[in-house]
Amino acid sequence: MANKHTTRPITTGTSVVGLVYDGGVLLAADTLLSYGSMAKSFNTPRMVSIADRVLLGASGEYSDFQEIVSRVEALALAETTQSMESVYDERTLSAKSLWNYLRAVMYQKRSKMNPFWNDLVVAGFENDAPFLGVIDKLGTTLQENLVATGFGGYLAMPLLREKWRPDLSEGEARALLEDCMKVLFYRDCRASARIQLAKVTKDTCIISEPYELDHSNGWNAPSMQRAVGDLDGDGGW
Amino acid sequence: MFRNQYDTDVTVWSPEGRLLQVEYAMESVKQGSACVGLRSNDYCVLGALKRSVSELSSHQKKLLEIDDHMAMGIAGLTADARSLAKYMRNECLNHKYVYGDNIPPAVLMSDLADKHQRTTQTYVRRPFGVGLLVAGVDPQRNSCHLYQTCPSGNLYEFYASAIGARSQSARTYLEKHYESFPASSKDELIVHALQALVGCVSGDDELTKENGSIAVVGKNQNYILIEGEELQPYLDKLEIKRNDDDDAEEEESEVAEAMET
Repeated sequence: MANKHTTRPITTGTSVVGLVYDGGVLLAADTLLSYGSMAKSFNTPRMVSIADRVLLGASGEYSDFQEIVSRVEALALAETTQSMESVYDERTLSAKSLWNYLRAVMYQKRSKMNPFWNDLVVAGFENDAPFLGVIDKLGTTLQENLVATGFGGYLAMPLLREKWRPDLSEGEARALLEDCMKVLFYRDCRASARIQLAKVTKDTCIISEPYELDHSNGWNAPSMQRAVGDLDGDGGW
Repeated sequence: MFRNQYDTDVTVWSPEGRLLQVEYAMESVKQGSACVGLRSNDYCVLGALKRSVSELSSHQKKLLEIDDHMAMGIAGLTADARSLAKYMRNECLNHKYVYGDNIPPAVLMSDLADKHQRTTQTYVRRPFGVGLLVAGVDPQRNSCHLYQTCPSGNLYEFYASAIGARSQSARTYLEKHYESFPASSKDELIVHALQALVGCVSGDDELTKENGSIAVVGKNQNYILIEGEELQPYLDKLEIKRNDDDDAEEEESEVAEAMET
């Protein structure tokens, strides 16, 4: 009786990008679901909020993300209902403990050669401090001020590193993330311009409705206008 | 009350609606030597009176470390207590591995109470014959807590408590002073714990550095055990050093002292 092992992802989501700003954490991800090179679905959320306090986003295999969300929501429910104290007193799952829990899950699956094929992003705000962490399919964890999964690691991280300051306002942080998402749309062929932004602060945990980035100036970029090298105004060099 | 036809099995109700086997198990706790617990906002202190079988033997350990942030004091069947300590330590380590943080004492105690209850509703098992005082720090809320379990599976949280033989004297002392505990320093709490224990020694005995024992956990204090020479400075601060017979409110029990501590 052979056990199946994950060999490759089938239905996928691309980058999730996130940063810590002054007062909270902002995440961004597009809402495209890819089926290989086919754009399968244009409005699929890849970030969820858990217990109104923690954000969980994922790139990679979407079915694995759905399974993880199902397990995490069950865990969050158990946290609020199981202990005797919870009858009288509020007890919720924290972002850091969720991050640790997912690490244990991801590592165990990888050790059985059957990983959840995802890069997960966990964000929250507790003890008056923002939390932002990633976990990859091997169970590697990183807690950072700047995170980007997938292609974001190549295209968005350099932009984030250049522009980030610890005292960014929410508006500046949002502009920086939108800029990263625009670059990703231009250069990641599994990305779309329809994105969601998610924010967690001391008092809020919300995910925006999907909206289109304004890329109307994309074709007006200088590299698209003038002939460069042998090719004619197509952005090549 | 004792030796009647409804007390053989834990799954049998008495006509008065009692589970006699569970009540007998609670008697076992009352036979163990005293254990006290009290807390302030920053620390939780457990104290215990260690019993020795004879002059030649060592004093039985009554305070156990469960984790950096959790201490346990026992009264009753030591062997049952060790089994529970093993379970609790395992739960603490498991939680730490999965969630990267100390287990909230409330969660562990809730599971522990359920574990006790299960033994009162199964034909093939018996209740745990030990009462526990568990001191712990909640990492989420950064607060100190003191819990008590008993063989029935009931779980109580206390500002201060005492269990075991002659513990009523300790409870009376704690009731008198508990309002000053939240603001007390660690050393003041330790002296209070020892003062409460003085009332629990039997007859001509004294609370000494050989038979006294203190454990402390706190917000910025990992588990420490204070025994022997280290305990002497605190003993020196006690106002009342001997238990006058006039103060004793419980009759002394001499039944089966060899089995319990």
